Amino acid sequence: MNGVPLAAYIALGLFMFTTGVVGVIVRKSPIVIFMCIELMLNSVNLTFLAFARYQMAGFNKTPENIQHSMMAGQMMVIFVMAVAAAEVAVGLGIIMAIFRLRDNVDIDEMNLLRG
Amino acid sequence: MNQTVGGVTITPELLMFGAIAGAAAICAVGVVAFNNAIRSALCLVINFFLLAVLYFTLNAEMLGITQVVVYTGAIMVLFLFVVMLLNLGGSKLLHEKPDPKKFVGILLGCGLFVILGAQILPQLTKVMPMPLSPELAKFGGPEAIGRTLFSEYVYPFEAVSVLLLIGIVGSILLAKRRL
Repeated sequence: MNGVPLAAYIALGLFMFTTGVVGVIVRKSPIVIFMCIELMLNSVNLTFLAFARYQMAGFNKTPENIQHSMMAGQMMVIFVMAVAAAEVAVGLGIIMAIFRLRDNVDIDEMNLLRG
Repeated sequence: MNQTVGGVTITPELLMFGAIAGAAAICAVGVVAFNNAIRSALCLVINFFLLAVLYFTLNAEMLGITQVVVYTGAIMVLFLFVVMLLNLGGSKLLHEKPDPKKFVGILLGCGLFVILGAQILPQLTKVMPMPLSPELAKFGGPEAIGRTLFSEYVYPFEAVSVLLLIGIVGSILLAKRRL
């Protein structure tokens, strides 16, 4: 979109990231905490893509540089998505294992690893 | 023709962006605010869809499609399956008592937003997207992504494949009752 400044995209990413942080602190259900982590990862993806599309001042704007930086942002998003998929699969497996063991998924009562 | 508020020109594109971004922000708040895990998950699905639309507006068509397929297709189905298996829907809500942690968390979030926003956002209100030539506009499509992924970024790509393999093995190991 041509009339939108970069600050608008960054503000949305910042808001979503902050919401995710608050959710991780506030909520007790581990599944909702995982959803909040996904929210944070997605806000980072949005920020990467926005910076890939908007080139900053002082940037050496040869066509090769522009293409390279556009692709770099999109590649980072692909890798973040892959890491998020692996993380969700393993994390939900852990939640299932804990639920089978404890029959309760309150995050505040999980203190087996406390020293 | 276009009004200017606080140094930012109000264009039709900006209004459009505001509508999409506002809906996405409301859904993000809904994920945290709803007590029911299924409602949170559905809010997250809407949020991911709207983010895919925003990826399209940023000329990242391939990643917008990937966002829909990977997040709303695969990851959210996994979430909903676990919610269903653990039966966290209606009957077994964790009753969340009002405790000081909630207040402190919200205060911390507001502080984080204000500090980061005050540092970052004022510098970026003037930055506008660079004009795209027709050949530069191709750099969000599948061809360019595939070419770059398999040439410059082939080592990270292989590392990610190992990571996903370990993830598959690990999640089966965790979820299976007896091997």
